Parts: sequence; C-alpha cells; structure tokens
Amino acid sequence: MNWQLLPQFAVTGLLAGGPIALMALGLVLIFKSSYIFNFAQGQMMLIGTLVTWWLAVPMELPLWLAIILALLLSALLGLAIERLALRPLTGQPLLTIILMTLAVGQTLQGLALLLFGGAQRNFPQIFSAADPYRIVTPFIHNERNITIILKQNLVWSFVVAILLVVLIALFFQFTRTGLAMRAASEDHELAQGIGLRISRIFGISWAMAGVVATIGGILLATASGLDLSLSIVVLAAFPAALLGGLDSIPGVIVGGLLIGLTQGVASASSVQIVRSAAEIMPYVVLLIVLLIRPEGLFGRKRVERI
Amino acid sequence: MAVLRPAGEFDQSYAYDMATMRRRWQWLALAGFLALLYALPAYGSPSLVSFVNRAAMIIIAVQGLNILTGYTGQISLGQAAFMITGGYIAVLLVTRLDWNFFLALPVAAIGAGLVGLFFGLPSLRVKGFYLAMSTLAAQFIIPWFLRNAFPEVLNGAQGLNAPPPELFGVVFNQPGRFLYISLTVLIVTTVVAHNIGRSRLGRAFVAIRDQDLAAELLGINPFKYKLQAFFLAAVYAGLSGALFAFHLRHVNSETFSLNDSVILLGMLIAGGLGASVGPILGAVLIQGILELATMAGPAVSPFLPSAAAGAVQALRPLFFGVVLMVFLIFEPRGLAHRWSLIKAAWRLRPFSH
Amino acid sequence: MAESALLSVEDVSLVFGRVQALSAVSLQVRPGEILAIIGPNGAGKTSLLNCISNFYKPTAGRILFDGNDLTRTAPHRIAGFGIARTFQNIALYTGLSTLDNLMAARHIHMRAGLLQCLLYWGFSHREDLRHRLVVEEIIKFLEMEAIRKTTVGALPHGLRKRVELGRALALEPRLLLLDEPMTGMNQEEKEDMARFILDIHEQRGLSIVLIEHDMGLVMDIADRVVVLDFGVKIAEGAPDEIKRNPEVIRAYLGQAYT
Repeated sequence: MNWQLLPQFAVTGLLAGGPIALMALGLVLIFKSSYIFNFAQGQMMLIGTLVTWWLAVPMELPLWLAIILALLLSALLGLAIERLALRPLTGQPLLTIILMTLAVGQTLQGLALLLFGGAQRNFPQIFSAADPYRIVTPFIHNERNITIILKQNLVWSFVVAILLVVLIALFFQFTRTGLAMRAASEDHELAQGIGLRISRIFGISWAMAGVVATIGGILLATASGLDLSLSIVVLAAFPAALLGGLDSIPGVIVGGLLIGLTQGVASASSVQIVRSAAEIMPYVVLLIVLLIRPEGLFGRKRVERI
Repeated sequence: MAVLRPAGEFDQSYAYDMATMRRRWQWLALAGFLALLYALPAYGSPSLVSFVNRAAMIIIAVQGLNILTGYTGQISLGQAAFMITGGYIAVLLVTRLDWNFFLALPVAAIGAGLVGLFFGLPSLRVKGFYLAMSTLAAQFIIPWFLRNAFPEVLNGAQGLNAPPPELFGVVFNQPGRFLYISLTVLIVTTVVAHNIGRSRLGRAFVAIRDQDLAAELLGINPFKYKLQAFFLAAVYAGLSGALFAFHLRHVNSETFSLNDSVILLGMLIAGGLGASVGPILGAVLIQGILELATMAGPAVSPFLPSAAAGAVQALRPLFFGVVLMVFLIFEPRGLAHRWSLIKAAWRLRPFSH
Repeated sequence: MAESALLSVEDVSLVFGRVQALSAVSLQVRPGEILAIIGPNGAGKTSLLNCISNFYKPTAGRILFDGNDLTRTAPHRIAGFGIARTFQNIALYTGLSTLDNLMAARHIHMRAGLLQCLLYWGFSHREDLRHRLVVEEIIKFLEMEAIRKTTVGALPHGLRKRVELGRALALEPRLLLLDEPMTGMNQEEKEDMARFILDIHEQRGLSIVLIEHDMGLVMDIADRVVVLDFGVKIAEGAPDEIKRNPEVIRAYLGQAYT
C-alpha cells in the first residue's frame, strides 16, 4: 500500500462513487417497480448524453436548454422502451426479459454509432476545471501533512449526483406518486386491486430512469469527454445497485460509494497487479456479496412459496 | 427429435419409441448431408467454406449455452469468457508443453469447464438476475486475469500466437482444412448434447429450469446439477474457444467480449431454447445476419451523417438488436418451434387439421 | 402408538417475521392410513407439509420419519427416504411431456452418472428402458395413455393434477403428501381423483397425508382427521368425532354445518 497516496485515492474514489450511485439509481428505479434489471441503462445514458452534446455544440443551443430538451427526450425514450419493447413481454420468463433489455441496448448502441459516429468529443464544461480544492489532512507522511487535491468538477458532480438521489428518495417517501410506486413494488396484483394503474407506474419509472441516466452521463462527460465507451461505464454501477439491494434507494448511495472507495483504495496499492485490479473491483465485491449476502445490504429477503 | 415422421408409423417397442432415427432413409439422409458438408471445400466458394467453418465453431459455444440456459434455465452472460479460457489453455499446452493440438483440445475444454464450475458456485445461493450478474463477473475477471497475471507466460494484453494444428503430417492451416476439425468436433458435441437432452441428466436439468423448488423436494439436488450444467456449458465454450484460437492462430483477452456473450444468447433465443436443433438454426441465422451487416456497411456509409461516416460497424449491433427484439416479441420459442410445427404437420399429413 | 408411527411431527413451531405460522404442532401418521389435515385458509396446513419437506426450517421441534430427523435432512434427500408430494398450485415440469415428468421423478431410483448420460448408449439407455416400464404402469393406472407425449404445460387443470399425482407415485414413496389434490376440479373430476387416491392406498398400501377443502370427500376418504386453526392443532380423531367436535364447528365449519 502506498500510504502517501491512499488518502488522495480514497477520497477521489469516494467522489467517483457519486455518479456510480446515480447510475445505480436508474437501475433500481426500474427494478423496484417492475422487477426488470435494465441492461440497456448504459446505452440510454449514451444516447441522452450524445443528444445533449448535439443540441449544445453543433446546434449551438444554450447548455441549460440543451440539457432540458435532452432530459425530456430521455424520458420519452424510457417510456418508449417500456411501452414498445417490454410491455409485450408481460408474463414472459426472466430470460426473455433480460434478453430484451440486452437487445434494446444493442439497438441503441448501433443507433448511436450510426447517427453520431465513434469519435471522442469534448463536452461543454459545466464546472470549472481550474483551481482544484486543496485539503490538508491530519495524516503525516515524511514529516509533512498529506494534502488532497480535488478537481472542482469531481466534487460538484458528486454533490449533484447525491442530491439527486436524495431528492428521488424524498419523492418516493412523501409524494402520492412515490407512495403508489412503493405500493406497486410490494405486490403488483394487490396494487392493481386497490386501484393503482401498474402500467402508468412502470412508465413513470422508466421515464425517471431515462432522465437519471442522462444526468449521470452529462456529469461523466463534462469531466472526461464523451465517446461510445460511455455505455460501458454503467457496468460499474450494476454491482453498486446489487450491493445496495436492488430495491433500495438509500442503498444505491452506500453501494456507489463503496464501489468507488474500493476502486480508489485498490489504485493506491504499491503492487502493480492490485492497482490493475481497480477496474474489476466492482465485480470482486459483487461476487463476495452474492456469496455472503445475496439480498444486498439493504434489500429485503423474500419468502419463497410453493 | 429433429426428424420427420410420416403418418402411419407407430412404435413397436419402448426402445423404438425412444429412438431418434427410426428408418434407414433417415440415416441415409443424414449421412448424405454430412458428406456434402465435408466435401464443401471441393465445390464451395472460399467465403462459404470460411462461413461454415466459423458457424460450426460458434454453434458449439451456443450448444453449451443451451445446456446451461436452455435446459437448466440458468442465465449466463459469461460464455465468451470461458471461450477465451479454453483458447488460452489450448495454446499454452501446445506452445509451452509441446502437446499435439488434438490432445490439448479436450484438456483445454475440461480446464475451461472447471473455471466455469467455479463461477457457477453463486448458483448455490442466487438465481435469476443475481446469477446473471455473477456470470457477468466472470466476463470481467477472467480477461482481466489473462491480461495482468503472469505476464511472462500469458504475455499481457498482447495475448498468444498459436501454430496451425497438425496430425500425421497434415497441417490444418487454411479454412478449407480447418473445416474438417470444426465439423468433426461439432458432430461429437451435437451427439453429446442430444444425449444429455434425452437422459436422466437432461430431465434433471429441465426439472430445475421449470420448477426448481419442486424438483428439489422430489429428490433432485439442484446445486449438483446446476454445477454440472455450468461445467458442461464451459466445456463446450472451451472447445469452441480453443478451435477459434487455432483457427485465428491467436488469442488474447479481448478475442471474445461481453458483446459476444450477448450474441451467443441471442443466437440461442432465435434458434429455440432447450431444443437440440436450436443452436444450429440460431447460430447460422444470426451469424449470417451479422456478416451481412458487415458487408452492407460500406454500401450505406455514403448516406450517413457526416459525423458518422466510416462508422460502418454500426449495422452489426443494430441488425442484431432489431432481429433479437423481433424474435422475442413474435417468436420467443425460436426457429426450432417453427420446425416442430412443420414436423407435426408432416406426421399428420394428409389430415393436418 | 409413538413406536408404530411412520411419520411423527413433534412440537413443531414455525415463525415468519412476526407471524406464528405453526405453534407446537404434534401429530403422527401411522403406516397405511389416510390422515386428512383440514383447517381454514392460513391455518398452516401447507406450511406443515413444507416443514416435512424441510423446505421451511421449523423454528422449534423435530419431525421423525422412520427414525430420521427430517429437519436435519437436505430437502433433496427426503424423497429418497420414501416421501413424495404434490403441490397446492401444481408444480409440474411444464416443458416436459407427461412421460418425462414421471421419468424425471424416477431420478432417485436411477444411477446413470454424468459420463454415462453423455454417452447414453449402453447403461443409460438400458436404465431408461427399465424405468420406462415402471412409469408406463403408472400411466396406465391413472389412465393417462392419451396424454403420454403431451407437454404438460398444454394440459387442462384437472389432468395436470393427475399428472402430478402420477409424478409423486413414480417416486414409489411410502408416504404420500397430497396438498389439495382436488381444488379447482368439477364434481366428476373430484370423484375420479378420490377413486385414484383410494386405489393407490389399497393397492400400494402407502400412507397418505391429505390436505383438502371439500369436507364431504375428506370425511369419506380419511381414516383420521387433524384440524389446524391459526397454526394450532385444535382437534384430532375419526371423521365422525371431528364432525361433532364443537370447537371444530366453531373454528372451521362455521354456520354452514350448524
């Protein structure tokens, strides 16, 4: 372990966990309402972010307007996927549904490539890249206090991401629609029995997932540019969602931060192979969680019946 | 059973009832078809030979997935990783230990099977989405390991080069010759897959797929058979991957990716889950569409937005995604189901209603 | 009495979260008898069967079958002791034919291992043929010849119930647990099923535990009846005694029988 770098990498990792939590939130929103794990989340994020870029850069709209339009479009995309691809599969086995989300992902990936090409592009800066924050820690190495340097965009991306997760958690807790969505996630038939329209709830959660995905994509793109590999980044969020428990909104914050932290800590190792393992840390954590506590940290255990 | 039965033919014994091929003409037809395939290099165009060769190797990987996902109902997103594993083991045995390829092939398959077994362990505790996630873990951890561990043996991201297979002085160094290996292995794997389907093992697999809890309460140890399914699926993947490594003469950690795992699943769905002809029909159809997309790419690129010019690979995921969606919505039981409808109609001919 | 019991449930309790599904239930199944377990919905009947299958782990108590403590036995081994069952909501292998559903139940009596199954010819084939004879006998007994090759997912409810009974019989059990074998059937189908159950009982001499809602049938078939209410055993005895038991009438039969 490289002790001098550890605080820096741990904090950077934690901050990177913010956007991971946001991506995981998109997955949880859909899973919570419809028990569908959306493998197309990464491609939804890619399309939403590319559209934002297209509106803001070649179309030269003001960035705020571009973002609002792109978010509207993302909500529509989410709705369309639910309505056109998944609704017809109601009652089909799990494999069919998993494959449908994978097929949607492939189609979107192909569309993105077809419409926008595979080039790396610069995304408009939202947060300043200059003047990084410096934090002097009480830890001492070589008789000097270790200083952590944090880029502004990293910090603010984190703040925005976490705020959004908290906002949606509050929405679920305190609004009528949120309450209806929670009720629906308990038992579809029961919810229909008390007059909730399940199809509307599915639609809302897919639309919300689309919006959340695009916001996550914008946060990532503004920090590190935009290309087709953005859809891959979500792969780190799958384990985060699972770690949190798949149906728990507060769980995604903990899951995201834990995944970010383990990646950061692994990167601070002085052993090369451990450093290189940072990329697979989410999946190592995932395997451990699956073997020890498959329902995740905050998920509910379900009693099986026969 | 993949065979047409005419009307008026009845079973005279249980053994006859259970047989796959009942008439001599059925055997003759099969033998004739295989002879045509083996003779393909003599009369087929090089691109057709090469397509059949590739398709044969892909079918093997899909057959493995059919055992795990089609029969046993365990979703795997890691089949491509086990293909790479088989490729690496086979190449290492041949280049490092000077084994003959034909000896290295089964050993590599079993090696890949054991790795598959390991990643099947979470099936003890989880199913459904959760299990899909743990196979996804294999899809990341295995290539990472091959890229980073033991660089002096595994050669990092560069991967390994393989010599062409050799047997009794014959060097299999071109698709026209390699085809013989691929086809022969495919025949063996098809027969074995068919045997699995009709035996005690296959019934246990399907029981777990259809009703895992009832199966357990009626005496089938779900964990044991899930692990056997994971093992067999990875053995098939290992065979396919080892063949590919020696066909391409190279293997690295990115020879097969998550995308390939998804495509293999798509082939299985398009062909038909849990049917022994499914992998063959699905792999040929989807591989055909993918190669068509690659060929169509340059033709459409003039019509693409300027930003995307040159993005001809776009058609592959697009075609695949759309075809898979169409199958999932309109024919989730795949081509094999269509085939069985045709067979049933033939059996009742001329009174099919 | 305790020595002669085939199955002996001793003080079994089962708790789900804050729900007490079973409280200290004890009962015995004697060799060769038909024991009916009745009670209102949610009384814990199916939970009790699930405890016998060790699918639910009892919070307290033990269940002895032939001297083996089932609560310490892996669920998939229990069938091997000679216990088979059917399920309330039908749990057939829907993708398999009637024949293969029954063949799949022969699993515990078959020995073909991984390699033998991969090769099939020889041992595995001969074994399949041998067990096919046993299965065909059951198919004939339950009059299922016409649906032998039909995928069970395509069968109507009544026939599925019958296939499920056949599957349980294919295990050649000593104790048969039937969880509502007649729900959702019309009168004729019910009478067929009752006849099958009695025939099985007579010809094969097995012990049967029967959960059923149709009181008339239960009283006709059963040798003894146990009544559960809210997870507590409130009565046990011959059908005639149960009919007259005031507590049973109050808890279960309600106004309809008074």
